[in-house]
Amino acid sequence: MLLEAWHFVLERPDRFIAALATHLALSAAALGLAAAIAIPLGIRIASRERAALAVIGAANIGRTLPSLAVLALAMPLLGTGFAPSLFALTLLALPPVLLNTYAGIRHVDEDVIDAARGMGMSARQILGKVQLPIAMPVIFAGLRTAAVQVISGAVLAAYIGGGGLGDFITAGIAMMAVPQLLVGAIPATALAIGTDQLFGYLQRRMTPAGLAERAA
Amino acid sequence: MIELEDVVKRFPGSAHPAVDRLSLNVAQGEVCVLIGPSGCGKTTTMRLVNRLIEPDSGTVRIAGRDVMQTDPVELRRGIGYVIQQVGLFPHWTIAENVATVPRLLGWAADRTTQRVHELLTLVGIDPATAGQRYPRELSGGQKQRVGVARALAADPPVMLMDEPFGALDPITRKRMQDEFLRILRSLSKTIVFVTHDIDEAIKMGDRVAIMKDGALLQYASPERILAHPADAFVDEFVGADRALKRLALLECRSAMQPAGATLPAESIAAEASLRDALALMLQTNTDAVAVIAHGAPAGVLTLADVRGASRDDGAAASRAVGSSGT
Repeated sequence: MLLEAWHFVLERPDRFIAALATHLALSAAALGLAAAIAIPLGIRIASRERAALAVIGAANIGRTLPSLAVLALAMPLLGTGFAPSLFALTLLALPPVLLNTYAGIRHVDEDVIDAARGMGMSARQILGKVQLPIAMPVIFAGLRTAAVQVISGAVLAAYIGGGGLGDFITAGIAMMAVPQLLVGAIPATALAIGTDQLFGYLQRRMTPAGLAERAA
Repeated sequence: MIELEDVVKRFPGSAHPAVDRLSLNVAQGEVCVLIGPSGCGKTTTMRLVNRLIEPDSGTVRIAGRDVMQTDPVELRRGIGYVIQQVGLFPHWTIAENVATVPRLLGWAADRTTQRVHELLTLVGIDPATAGQRYPRELSGGQKQRVGVARALAADPPVMLMDEPFGALDPITRKRMQDEFLRILRSLSKTIVFVTHDIDEAIKMGDRVAIMKDGALLQYASPERILAHPADAFVDEFVGADRALKRLALLECRSAMQPAGATLPAESIAAEASLRDALALMLQTNTDAVAVIAHGAPAGVLTLADVRGASRDDGAAASRAVGSSGT
């Protein structure tokens, strides 16, 4: 059966590569977009308690939504194709990045912030030189969770015409063609595991030396 | 050097002001210790000096300049700041931590490196080995040394210290106090030092400010506070053994009388404290000892002299070993 799947790929390499590329592009764009929104937002709410309560409440609700439901909800609003898939996947990636950025910044020791202020660092310097570097491992852990969720969630994009490896899976299921199903499922799984490993490695690399023990 | 004038600070949701019409002057080169029970406003008072807290009314001036007219970031870079929990940056090495303010001030790299080296040596930390370590690798005492070095880095004329040795074990605390007094003898700093430990206040302060409910009850030299507590609260606060504490501050030299024809058998050094002289008299069951200065008898000290010194304010009293003078 694996051999049949392999032949399936060899017979139409262009289709496979295109699907893989779409899958990666969709995931990377969603993660990038989520980071661009959630990291600054997480930083902003870290110092505003009331806003934080509201935003975190929303993020937690967002986290409980099933990926497929989010995709389904995007369809009536944005139609089908790449854009609604990107929208839905970004939505999926927002909560972990937001929550971890908030928690990472909040957990920086108050005495460290007090010392920084007392020595004459501006608010901007405290953020850039103290809070963000110390929070970096936690923020990266959030990106790692989001990345894996997005890669896995992107399989479902096929349902709303977003393309990617999910196309093989949905087609495989529809036609009861197991080899074709595997052509989508195996690379998608490998991609998710590989992404997790890659971000784990990056997370360790991004951890400042003085914090290494704590983040391990 | 530091002047607080009629300063009031009230925190939202609190019935009483944290600092209530407080006026206080700290002279150039003096260590002013703020002390009192929890919630007396001592830390708030200290934080008013570098604008970490801003007054509701009244003025705070440093070297004649109103702090509210000074940019807070610039102001704080000129004031050393040490806190109990140290607050070292965990992601920076010890050397980088000490370099914080010089870097903020934009010093040249080699000047900063040299200064860091100098300061770590001053506080007894080896710059070559420990300098490259991270804060989590240090003991509590070493962290506090680094905290002091970091506060001294840009050689600020004024320093604020909030229970700097409060988290240390008693032996390390005593050693740090002694070393800090030694460091202060070579640098002239105007210091506001917060503590809740009366023994530390007596030891470290040129003047001690006793606070309660945001107000100043007494502001005087340790000798004076021990001899003449301003009221019943101060009396109780300095402790039932205040007479002994006072004796520990005074040198034998300050209370002795000219030597007569016959000298007592027991003798003590002129720089020793009156407390030590009293202990000697009790141990040897005598009521007079000879006082020796530069290897020769300089006078005689009697039990009556010691008793007198424990009460009297003794205008000529000079401070005992381990302090920076009156």
